[in-house]
Amino acid sequence: MSNPTEYALQADRLEKKVSSPDGSLTILSDVSFRIERGRSVAIVGPSGAGKSTLLGLLAGLDVPTSGDVRIDGDSLKTLSEDGRARLRAEKVGFVFQSFHLVPSLTALENVMLPLELLGRDDARTVATSILDQVGLAHRTGHYPNQLSGGEQQRVAIARAFAPKPAVLFADEPTGNLDTATGQVIVDLLFRLNAESATTLVLVTHDDALAARCDLRLALRAGALESAA
Amino acid sequence: MKSLRFAARALWREARSGELAVLLLALAVAVGSVTAIGFLTDRIGQAVALQAAEVLAADLRLSSPGPVPEQFEQRARDRGLQTASLTTFPSVVYAGDDTALASVRAATAGYPLRGRVRIADRLLGAPREASGIPRAGTVWAETGLLAQLGIDVGGVLELGAIELTVDAVITYRPDQSPGFSGLAPALVLNDDDLARSELLGEGSRASYILLLAGDRGAISEYAAAVRPDLPDDMRLQDRGDAGRELNTAIQRASRFLSLASLVSLLLASVAVAMSARRYAERRLDTVALFKSLGATQGFVVRTSVIQLFVLAAVASVLGAAMGYAAEQALASVLAGWLRGDLPEPSLAPIALGAGTAMVLMLGFALPSALRLGRTPPLRVLRRDLDPVPLGAWVSYGLAMLALGALVYWAVRDVALLAVIGGGTVATGAVLYLAGVALVRLLSISRGRVGVAWRYGLANVARRGRSSAVQIVAFGLGLMVLLLLTVVRNDLLDGWRASLDETAPNHFLINILDEDRDGISALLTERGLAAPAFTPLVRARMTAINGAPVSELEFDDPRGEELARRGQNLSYRATLPASNALSEGAFWSPEHTGSPEVSVELDAARAMALSLGDELTFDVAGEPMRATVTSFRTVEWQSFDPNFFMIFTPNALAEYPKSFITSMRVADAERSALLDLVRAYPGVSVIDLEAIIDQVRAIIDKAALAVQLVFAFTLAAGVVVLFAAVQATLDERRYESALLRTFGASRRTVLTGLITEFAVLGLAAGLLAALGATGIGLIAAERLFNLSYDVSPMLWAAGLLIGVVVVGVSGTLASRAALSAPPVATLRQR
Repeated sequence: MSNPTEYALQADRLEKKVSSPDGSLTILSDVSFRIERGRSVAIVGPSGAGKSTLLGLLAGLDVPTSGDVRIDGDSLKTLSEDGRARLRAEKVGFVFQSFHLVPSLTALENVMLPLELLGRDDARTVATSILDQVGLAHRTGHYPNQLSGGEQQRVAIARAFAPKPAVLFADEPTGNLDTATGQVIVDLLFRLNAESATTLVLVTHDDALAARCDLRLALRAGALESAA
Repeated sequence: MKSLRFAARALWREARSGELAVLLLALAVAVGSVTAIGFLTDRIGQAVALQAAEVLAADLRLSSPGPVPEQFEQRARDRGLQTASLTTFPSVVYAGDDTALASVRAATAGYPLRGRVRIADRLLGAPREASGIPRAGTVWAETGLLAQLGIDVGGVLELGAIELTVDAVITYRPDQSPGFSGLAPALVLNDDDLARSELLGEGSRASYILLLAGDRGAISEYAAAVRPDLPDDMRLQDRGDAGRELNTAIQRASRFLSLASLVSLLLASVAVAMSARRYAERRLDTVALFKSLGATQGFVVRTSVIQLFVLAAVASVLGAAMGYAAEQALASVLAGWLRGDLPEPSLAPIALGAGTAMVLMLGFALPSALRLGRTPPLRVLRRDLDPVPLGAWVSYGLAMLALGALVYWAVRDVALLAVIGGGTVATGAVLYLAGVALVRLLSISRGRVGVAWRYGLANVARRGRSSAVQIVAFGLGLMVLLLLTVVRNDLLDGWRASLDETAPNHFLINILDEDRDGISALLTERGLAAPAFTPLVRARMTAINGAPVSELEFDDPRGEELARRGQNLSYRATLPASNALSEGAFWSPEHTGSPEVSVELDAARAMALSLGDELTFDVAGEPMRATVTSFRTVEWQSFDPNFFMIFTPNALAEYPKSFITSMRVADAERSALLDLVRAYPGVSVIDLEAIIDQVRAIIDKAALAVQLVFAFTLAAGVVVLFAAVQATLDERRYESALLRTFGASRRTVLTGLITEFAVLGLAAGLLAALGATGIGLIAAERLFNLSYDVSPMLWAAGLLIGVVVVGVSGTLASRAALSAPPVATLRQR
């Protein structure tokens, strides 16, 4: 199923409609773009432009009304919910605005989680080493509520990169952090992206952050304004 | 394999964080109470059976018209059973010029093996428990006999060739059953004196009885072993043949215990369902995250199910330990009170407990796990997305199926299951509808109240569905609590009242037709009520539908016994008050057609009779035929004279007959009975006080047991309330924090919380009282045959407990959120 392709992520005429009390509502219409491997792209736009919806569709968390998404050459259209889950396990990583760490797990266990879901025996070794890379080697046994916001987001980044995903989606990764801490996080994100040749897709309001990306996709009222 | 390993790890991590405590607690309490009730019911059942055994004065009795062959006693001793023998025969005894017919009972040491004889030191004296049997050369005699002979303790009477001194008055013998009509008053002597009396020669009409007692297993093994070797003229009786009055009491006692098990099962189910739901709710975010990280639906369901089953296993162990410990504690508390040797309880309740945990998980937690599998992964971006609900059949069907299976396994009483189960489902449905209606009503009215109230009412209204669900949970919990407290007491009181102070406590039998007026006159002269005489005709059934009884095959050995033995028949124009018609029609008072007979329902079933069957009897040497036209049920515990067969007056009125009556005689009036026996020596007086005492003892034991068992059920009820409050605690905490962040005072938020819980409690209490009343009424009438008056206490208690318990516990549980700084709560989101 996996086609050798130079594109890590392709969107093809994506459309998303939802039913509302006032009839059908179009949230996204005719969104198409292609992103090469190892590049970084920022999805920007005002609130309500459909950024999160697009992110959900690109990551296979949601299904489009029409159109298709290809991740690393694999078409999501032909996959079932479970098929998309397996694809995410192998090829997709996430960093969220509100971190989404499992509160009952330690930092190390949170990072081990995606590796364990893949059934990898080396989960502990890999997770320990990547926590070291994000500068949290001394915090592995701490629970999320014992970590600062910046530390929590670093755990989340470690978790996202641990299985070496083809595409990493980050939803407002600095939205819950102060500027200085945000800067550290962004640096970390880009450094790991460069080291692991992952394709980075960022949803952000932050122009400075968007400016550091190779590409910029601006959404307005559900349509792509420009593809730089 | 992957999911098993992962589930085990995840479970360990979550357990470590305390996330699973509530679910584990709910399950463990469920298992604990079911196990404890299992153990206790087992023991109480045995205690009650021992009480029943008193009627036989043994666990088992072998009776024979000749001496019981030595081998039967030897085989009993080989099995470690206790034995004693009893030889009974009627004989005339003399004291000076006075004579009386006595039922002589010669006993060996050990009699009675079950129960105790009570004796007094003089006529009408205060009774005490006797130890052992009369010394050689002395006798114990019943009041009626001494009255006829005109002697008291210390007097001498002649029995056959010997003279014996009266050593005590018998006031109670465990084996005195009112069922043996026509029995003369008893005289108990030492078996050593029997041979010297020279009364037992060839052709004497004695009955030889071997009494046996021991633990359950040995007794039933012995019975099974000797049964095939019994000659035709020997008879083996066990506790099951105990008096009908006692059987009724025992049946009711076990129903009360079954009711307790059933109710705690229902409660446990509700608690498990609620805490499993909360467990699932709290896992939604984690599951969404797992799914975004690539976990499939199957993986999520598998890991959840594995976790639930591991939890169930842990809860089984914890719960069984709790149940066993509780039972041990109770048994030691009860030790002084339960007479006799209580065998150790069986281990079956542990299996029941473990099975309960697994089935509860399957029925009540599995739907939550399945629903969890449907969590949309998009929830990681949009927290308001909930899983697609399961079909109603999956969520409720599984639960109903599980509960039905459990209850049937635990109780095996379909009628009880139907009433309680039906009542609970109906109450649940009504509660839900009422909850929805209330929520609607509140959303209309909230514009007219202050801010704190508006916040509280708005909360009830906004969480429409979950508020309704909470009202159902609170309501069911409260309903059960009400059933446990108020209704239980009312039912037990009703049961005790069925043996009230006006119930007859004496039978007079062998009354001749011509003596009736004289006896009435004597009794009314002494201030007693004129008795109602019931005619009694001795007869033997010879044929059913023309087929000789001696050649008929009976499936039920009791039916065979009933059909072939001599019978006491009666006739009357109307249905007796303590009888109820169950099939067919009772004849009109002026009936003049061909003879008809009404048969007691259990007897009719045992003999496999149908309406329309023609029965032939031999009455005083003449054949008499009658058609079966109705079946009746009999309230044996009424202690009125009752009969298996009642005929139309024209069938029997012309045959030789005697009369029987029952009457209430207060202690102070008992001397009237002595005069009566002196004036009419042929009349036998049977004292029912003793058997009534036995029934009372069973009721009291059962009542105490039920109280104890219900204490566990109460614990389960508290867990339900706790789980119900916990269910929305997170959301409440968050909202409180939010409101306080916006500047609401703690007082405002608190008033809002109190309003919300008090309103929920009020609604639940009202509906719970309604449900408890309904179930109480139906249970009283259908299951216990008792009358039950609705108590206004129930309604007051329902409303008060609803408002106070739900209001206070809910507010207290949520109040913790008020003391924590809002930021801590908000950050946890």
